Amino acid sequence: MKARILGLAAFAACLVMPVYAAVALSDAAGSYTISPSGSSIRFTIGKAGGGGFDGAFGRFKGTIRIDNGDVGRSKVDLTIYPESVGTGQGRIDAFLRSDAVFDAANNPEIQFRSTSVTRTGDTTALVTGRLTARGKTFPEKFTAELGGLKGGTIKFHVTGKVLRSRYGMDVGTPLYSNVVDFDMTLMGRRG
Amino acid sequence: MHSLTNTPTRYGWAMIVLHWLIGIIFIGQFVLGVVMMRTTSQRTSFELIQLHKSFGFLLLGLIILRIAWRLGNAPPPLPRSVATLERRTAPLAHFALYAFQVALPVSGWALVSVSTLEIPSMPFNLFVMPNLPLAESDAAEGFWTSTHWYLAYAGIALVALHAAAALRHHFLLRDSVLRRMITPSSGGE
Repeated sequence: MKARILGLAAFAACLVMPVYAAVALSDAAGSYTISPSGSSIRFTIGKAGGGGFDGAFGRFKGTIRIDNGDVGRSKVDLTIYPESVGTGQGRIDAFLRSDAVFDAANNPEIQFRSTSVTRTGDTTALVTGRLTARGKTFPEKFTAELGGLKGGTIKFHVTGKVLRSRYGMDVGTPLYSNVVDFDMTLMGRRG
Repeated sequence: MHSLTNTPTRYGWAMIVLHWLIGIIFIGQFVLGVVMMRTTSQRTSFELIQLHKSFGFLLLGLIILRIAWRLGNAPPPLPRSVATLERRTAPLAHFALYAFQVALPVSGWALVSVSTLEIPSMPFNLFVMPNLPLAESDAAEGFWTSTHWYLAYAGIALVALHAAAALRHHFLLRDSVLRRMITPSSGGE
């Protein structure tokens, strides 16, 4: 029922949307495989006393499916390999991979499976889904902005905040914020 | 009525409390320092290091207070029975003990300030302690790590010597040197 209402809302939104956006949506429809070469998954954690702590994941995979006519039925799947975390400081990387944080040896994958996509503007959408890390799953929200569409590739800028304590990664709070700010560029190739 | 300040023959309770409090934390910090470096769990190690930093800053605050108190409040002279050699070396040993009490927390503070890990200091999660104005580098971190380590072992050896000397005064020489650091001066004395 809820999905139908969302679908109707999306349909209604399409009707009042500027023509170019509607065209972009039908052009964008399809299945994409996230290409690691054109994508990046970066994160920042604020530090007590100012400044932040930056890192990125080097290895991940995923798919983006944009439903033709009903954005609400679009889907995003993303798998991140925490073993590939990099901060530019080897000792911190080892710490993050250890059982102090990711426990990458026992939990080699962090997974995000979208449950709903809600269009919030001409080129923006709110992606809700279930994030699983260290065996714990919680609903999370990310904002996606269409960054470009050309040839067979599509680009999204995705941002969102995740509370790490819920995933058994609360080490270092309050020295390091509980809030992890994600900043991702996801480039998908059609097919 | 016990006196806060020292008298010509006894220590006041302020000096006694500071002495034992700093002594216990100092020895505890040595044990914590050794344990935190040997812990295999990265998480436990991280948390123990933050605790060690908290107690280190507390120690630095207490020693500043102690030095200020001591400068304004001369300690009672040694009992007449104390031999000339000890009369001359004891002040040197005590000066060295004070020097270690300052040097250890300061070298630890320098170590976290220059560390390329850039981990902030937040004593007991109460407030952010700024870093010392020193340039961070792997080389500087290595230097302060070994300096802190050598100072810790030398400092604990000096504490052991200090404790042995106190026990010798109490059990072999049977004088008041240890007792007067336990029982405060009373107003009647």
